[in-house]
Amino acid sequence: MNELVLPKIDKTTIDKKEYIFKSLAKIINPENVLSHADEIKPYETDALAAYKQTPLAVVMPENTQEVSNILKFCHKENIKVVPRGAGTGLSGGALPLQDAVLLSLGKFNKILEIDFENKCVVTQPGVTNLGLTHAVQHKGFYYAPDPSSQLACSIGGNVAENSGGVHSLKYGTTTNNILGVEMVMMDGTVCRVGGKTLDQEGYDLMGLICGSEGLLGVITEVTAKILKKPQAVKAALIGFPTIEEGGNAATQIISNGIVPAGMEIMDKALIEATDNFSKAGYPRDAELLLIVELDGTESEVDGLLKEVSAICKKNNCSSLKLSKNEKERLSFWAGRKAAFPACGAMAPDYYCMDGSIPRGKLAEALLEIKNLSKKYNLPVANCFHAGDGNLHPLIMYDGGDKEQLRKTEEFGAEILKACVRLGGVITGEHGVGIEKRELMCEMFNDNDIQQQLDIKLSLDEKNLLNPGKVYPILRKCAEEGRVHVHRGEEKFPDLPRF
Amino acid sequence: MSTEEKKNSPIFQDSNKTYYPENEKQVSSVVKELYKKNLPTELIGTGSKSFIGNKIQSASKLSLSKLSGIVEYLPEELYIKVKANTPLEIIEKILEKNNQELAFEPIDFGFINNGKSNKGTAAGYLSCNFAGSRRFKVGSARDHILGFRGVNGKGKIIKSGGTVVKNVTGYDLSKLVTGSFGTLVALTEIVLKVLPKKKLSNTIIIYTEDKKLINELFEKISSSRSEISGAVFVPEEPEGKRYKHNKERVFKFNDLESKGSFLALRIEGDKVSIDERIKVLKKELEFNKLDTSTLDVHQSVPFWKKINNLELFTETKNNLLRAVIPPSKGNELMQKLGNKYKYYIDWCGSLYWIEVQSKKNMKIVEIKKLIKELGGYLTIIKTSPEYDYEETIFTVDDTRLLISEKIKKSFDPKRIFNPGKMYRGI
Repeated sequence: MNELVLPKIDKTTIDKKEYIFKSLAKIINPENVLSHADEIKPYETDALAAYKQTPLAVVMPENTQEVSNILKFCHKENIKVVPRGAGTGLSGGALPLQDAVLLSLGKFNKILEIDFENKCVVTQPGVTNLGLTHAVQHKGFYYAPDPSSQLACSIGGNVAENSGGVHSLKYGTTTNNILGVEMVMMDGTVCRVGGKTLDQEGYDLMGLICGSEGLLGVITEVTAKILKKPQAVKAALIGFPTIEEGGNAATQIISNGIVPAGMEIMDKALIEATDNFSKAGYPRDAELLLIVELDGTESEVDGLLKEVSAICKKNNCSSLKLSKNEKERLSFWAGRKAAFPACGAMAPDYYCMDGSIPRGKLAEALLEIKNLSKKYNLPVANCFHAGDGNLHPLIMYDGGDKEQLRKTEEFGAEILKACVRLGGVITGEHGVGIEKRELMCEMFNDNDIQQQLDIKLSLDEKNLLNPGKVYPILRKCAEEGRVHVHRGEEKFPDLPRF
Repeated sequence: MSTEEKKNSPIFQDSNKTYYPENEKQVSSVVKELYKKNLPTELIGTGSKSFIGNKIQSASKLSLSKLSGIVEYLPEELYIKVKANTPLEIIEKILEKNNQELAFEPIDFGFINNGKSNKGTAAGYLSCNFAGSRRFKVGSARDHILGFRGVNGKGKIIKSGGTVVKNVTGYDLSKLVTGSFGTLVALTEIVLKVLPKKKLSNTIIIYTEDKKLINELFEKISSSRSEISGAVFVPEEPEGKRYKHNKERVFKFNDLESKGSFLALRIEGDKVSIDERIKVLKKELEFNKLDTSTLDVHQSVPFWKKINNLELFTETKNNLLRAVIPPSKGNELMQKLGNKYKYYIDWCGSLYWIEVQSKKNMKIVEIKKLIKELGGYLTIIKTSPEYDYEETIFTVDDTRLLISEKIKKSFDPKRIFNPGKMYRGI
């Protein structure tokens, strides 16, 4: 693995660590300050497990005032701070630094208010994404964004990463589904933005903080919008003999005015991998598999399914199945949701990419990936959120072989560069973190990056909050490490990743 | 700028000290020059919403009107990329041809300004971030901007976002720029998310003036599975010479006004799904206990257009307020407003458009205080000629103001763009 460049270690901080521990123990309950090697080891990485770093200390505040006091102290003493939610992020956004205090929001795990009248839930940031839905589902409501890690990922982390899921085209990502946040700035200032109202006046600070990867403020409370479950949800499972025909069908579904709740594509390699792994009953002869999910009223969904079927038939689909009941609909998804572990079973390691491309460029992108696969002599399987253009190629390799690892990283970087070339972006939902930091200049020039850095410095003038993430340290397009999963030793191996 | 300098300037400047750059590079040159000389400027498009916000005193104006035209429209990719000052009307016409639309229903502020339609430009609209009646269902303008290019206050050309829906690469500056009233960036290019247009629209009218019932109905509608895409309450207009009574004229294409106050609900989709939704809705709202009627598609479409164009306040000379509250506080606010003001409620109980007669600044202060107490915010959209600016146009607390100042500084350190348009010092 390539050496990861991190911000220069501040020796002054390391030298006064005993003073720092003691001071932090005065600010919060001493039991919530962890500094012993054994205690802080579990925090040395997030879900980008290839990179590990022990933090200076871990603090676990229990309320906003404590967060504010910790940040005030660190600001005064010039100590770096790395915020952390559930640690499920795939881009290394919560990777600790040797001279930084890791601020865990793990104790912020309570739902504060369920407000059905205003269709929102006020929650602490440590509550899981799925926890929100569980709290309101008895009245037929749910929280829309559904990242694959929703069982474990925290809502605060979702805000920091602007998490998506498979329903983003119709229901948006986190930024479109929250009404307000409370955040603490690096100097300890507590700021409330939005609330229970739609929109907010003035600069959209919520829009800015959402997806800022813990660089601008620490989220201490979130007001999330809840939606009523649709009357009916049904899905279609369609096989195609060629990538082009399947890709065309997906594009035509959209251009015919249909907005599916979810639309997923898997290539042949992935169909076989998942079918071997989960026995999902997918058409193994197909080159491309399309899953289309539709919601609305019963007859509306039936009508749309008819339209989707007609489009797919026109594009020579080789198989077409419509879900007859909820059990069957879930079975259509079962294989897709097992895609990542299925790849884990096929090779010692896999490396997951996360680019976005315009839907219509899918065939072109897959062809390019196929050629790259030949060039690097590494197998790859692809899944694609066709609704919103989010492409996840999974490169399979053996991390024990240093040369293969180097080639894999080069391969991955070439894929993301191709995504940009095709009109897309380097990350659709996993975030930049440390993973894609050096690829930022594929999308942005110096002016663009400088403007973003100026915002960062305007709110954190000493650059103490989560430094070294998102923006290239060396300002060069060097290929660095990305998501590697070694022999299934993924962090949170039980979480479906899609 | 001296006459000599003006003559040598590559960008045309007219006698009103207005620059007319023709492309992004020229915008950058003008701003660089202004930055060097520390000269503030007012950004203008067609001026359709220039009456919103504080008055600006600037040495020059920067018209972006020549940056107009469609750059790229890919219906199947659900986006349209336009030069920033492309008129919304042109964008909407092109989308219409492909059965698509800007789902957030841009409001036509022309009617309240001078009684004539003027939707303005894409950049002007996004700078204000106002959304029409469909807001509570599909989001606001800020939820439909995918990316932009523009020039910051130092004259640097910057970009953010892209053309895809899912994009978490770097800070989401598109959101920040939307609703910033031109105080951060001179926009040059915008990418907007577009969505298929629903085939048909029907409107159910419920006649009532029972405030408690109205709020109960709003609550039921927002909890409904029937996907209502518009819910407004239009009360009877109060007496008062200085109010322009437009209700009868606005809705003269049907007989809504003859029965007094009413609630209108919009259901969109194809015929089958509309019928199905209405069936469910009848049960959910207990139609059998209500006095209702239905507007078919021929009446429904113009009805919502008139609501969205704020035609109830056409050519008002009074102050016009826009208040957004948590919907649960509706009953309280309606009780307090009583029948003293002309108003109507949009966004299924969240948005109040309130007209306050001129010379009543004190009333505005009171209403603003009340809205804040209810957990909402208030913007003064239009001021009467007598308005004396005792009260600020926008609502902001000290912490947010401080953070906003810092952000402003990062884009526009010398306060070149629209100084004071939103807040003093920004």
